[in-house]
This record gives sequence, structure tokens and C-alpha cells, in this order.
Amino acid sequence: MRTDDFLGALIADGEVRPAPLGQGFVLALLGGTAATAALFFATIGPRPDIASAAQTLRFLLKFVECAALAAAAFVLVARLVRPGAAAGFGAAALIGVAALLAGAVVTELLVVPSADWGRRLVGTNWYHCLALIPILSIAPFAALMIAARHGAPTRPHLTGAVVGLVSAGIGAFFYAANCTDDSPLFVATWYTLATALVAGLGAAVGGRVLRW
Amino acid sequence: MPVRTGGEAREATWTDWMRSAMGGDQAAYRRLLEALTPVVRAAASRGFARAGLGTSDVEDVVQETLLAIHLKRHTWDMSQPLMPWVVTIARNKLIDQLRRRGRRTDLPVDDFAEILPAPAERDPTESGDVDRLLGQLGDRQRDIVRSITVEDRSIAETARRLEMTEGAVRVALHRGLKALAALYRREP
Repeated sequence: MRTDDFLGALIADGEVRPAPLGQGFVLALLGGTAATAALFFATIGPRPDIASAAQTLRFLLKFVECAALAAAAFVLVARLVRPGAAAGFGAAALIGVAALLAGAVVTELLVVPSADWGRRLVGTNWYHCLALIPILSIAPFAALMIAARHGAPTRPHLTGAVVGLVSAGIGAFFYAANCTDDSPLFVATWYTLATALVAGLGAAVGGRVLRW
Repeated sequence: MPVRTGGEAREATWTDWMRSAMGGDQAAYRRLLEALTPVVRAAASRGFARAGLGTSDVEDVVQETLLAIHLKRHTWDMSQPLMPWVVTIARNKLIDQLRRRGRRTDLPVDDFAEILPAPAERDPTESGDVDRLLGQLGDRQRDIVRSITVEDRSIAETARRLEMTEGAVRVALHRGLKALAALYRREP
């Protein structure tokens, strides 16, 4: 077929306006977060002593880190689905999130006696952490992956991994309210490992479903 | 010293056309796609030449790229210039095609920087990817795409001829184009 003829089909189809890209992402973020919230409150819910825990810096820091991870990764993924857009701010913000966590770990090592490091790192519920963060990530993962398919990511594996980071940030944000291990040593180890699992799954899924 | 060259002015015009096209201006959309075709063709020809391939299949890359530009036009940020977005899509599609042919894919960016006059299209009687892939669509979608492309009929004419509503023709055309893009992707 001649290219001039082929253009006729594209122009005829040009009347139908596609849905804006950003809109789908915002809906996926809100919908995925709402679904995770519903799942969280219907199942494990917050820890019983949440009122007193909320007085402590370590507990609150978990939410700051998880929310910052989800937000930075969301900004980045919104760029990755647009061909030619610079990663820019989102990538820098992700490094900032990692730096925040590293700073918290160093501070913890300075203020806690070394005899306590091991106990705080292993914590009491690391297997909960590794299982529940991925489970709580499922809804935003699926919703954001569908939104990303509407985009045009030139790097499908990376885009899928970042979708995983957003989802794990959301899942971990809710899980943090249930988890009784608040030490940055625990968070940096187990939350990070759970996040890496979801990001790795995202890369594998993205490589398959985000091609266009 | 920043000088606004002819190329920059032309690219700014194309950006304006795409903005109009996104607002539903079909004439602007036609002008834009007709202007982009030789640019994409020139870049694809250079890519093929660099990979040591003949130019006989270049038109397949051109058509796949134009299809991607069309189906993904909502991923262009309307506040940005158009060409970096076009160039990224064109490079991506070229790399896909070279990969399918088992060629190296480390294309330098400046392959697209300069826009040269494009070589002539291949012999129109020779069938390319689109014709072959159209054969894999459902009968209805294939008839509609053929009617609007090769037979150069409007949506209204196509609807009358196939005894369908115009809305149904539009939906089938859109699905047909999306299916075509998916078939390209599935190529070995």
C-alpha cells in the first residue's frame, strides 16, 4: 500500500480524540490507592497502639518515606510514558528518597547502641513485611500498568519497574500503619527488599505488556 | 548566537499544525502527516543504510512510524515542541524494525537531526507489511481500512457501501488500526 493512501486511514481516524494521558494516570493512582486502603482496613488494619506510636518520630518517618517514594516514582513514570520527555525531576526525587532513608539509617546507628542493631534490623515481623507489601501493591500495580499501556514508554522494562516503585510505595504506606517495627534499620532492609520484589515484577511485566 | 533557521521555523509550524490537529482540525492533521512522511522516510533510509540494509523495506518503517505517531499522539505534551517527540518515536520504530531483521541497533541521535529530501517510494505494486498484516485482520476491519485507504472513500461512503452506520465504521477503523499496530509488534 502506498504511504499516501495509508495516511487516509490515519486522517479519517484523527477525528476521534484519544483520552488525555495524565487523566488516566491520576485515575489509576486514586483508584489503586482507594482499593489498597479498602483491602488494608478490611483485613489487617492499623496496629492497636497506633495512637501512642504516632507520637514517635520513627513511626512517622515510615509514612514520609513511603509517600515520598510513591510520589517521586509517580512523577517519573508520568515522564517515561511520553516519548522524548526528560526524566528530570522524578529521577532526582527518587535519589532524594534514597538519601532520606540512608540518613535515617546513619542517625539510627549513631543513637542506638551497637548491641541493639541486630535486634532492630531483624525486627519481629519481617516475613509479614515481605508478603504484605506486595499484596497491598497489587491494585495500584494493575491500575498503573493499564494507564501506562495508554502511553508510549520507550523503555518498557524501566517503566514497569517504576510502576512497581509507585505501587510498593502505596502498599508500604498502608502496611507501615500495621507494622510494629519502626527502626530505620528494619525499614531500610525489609521494606526495601519488598519494594525491590515489586519493582522486579514490574520490570518483567512491563517488558511484556508495555510494548507498542 | 541563537539564530532561528528555516528548519526551526518549519518545526514550529509543524508544532502548530499538531496543536490544531489535536483540537480536531483534520486539514491541519493531513498537512502535518504529509510533511512528516518525507522526514521519517529520510531518517529510516539513513538508518537502513547504516545497518547495511537495502532501502526496499524502508516504506514499512515509515508506515509503522506514522501509525505509531497517530495512535500515540495523546502522549505528546502540547506545551512542548513536536519534533523531539516525533524523533523519539521514529527512532524507536526504526530500532524495532532493525532488530526484527537482526541488525545492530545503536543508532546515533544525530541521524534524525538533519532533514534531507527523501528518496522515491518503492514501486506501489510491490506489497509491504501493511498489506500482509491487513490480511490478518477480520474481514470487516480489513474492508473498511482498504475502502478508506486504497479506494480513497470517505467514512460516509464506506458506511453506505457496507450498509453500516458511520459510527460503526469509525469504531471498526480505529480498532483495525490498533490491531495493525499490535500485529507489527508481534512480528518475529
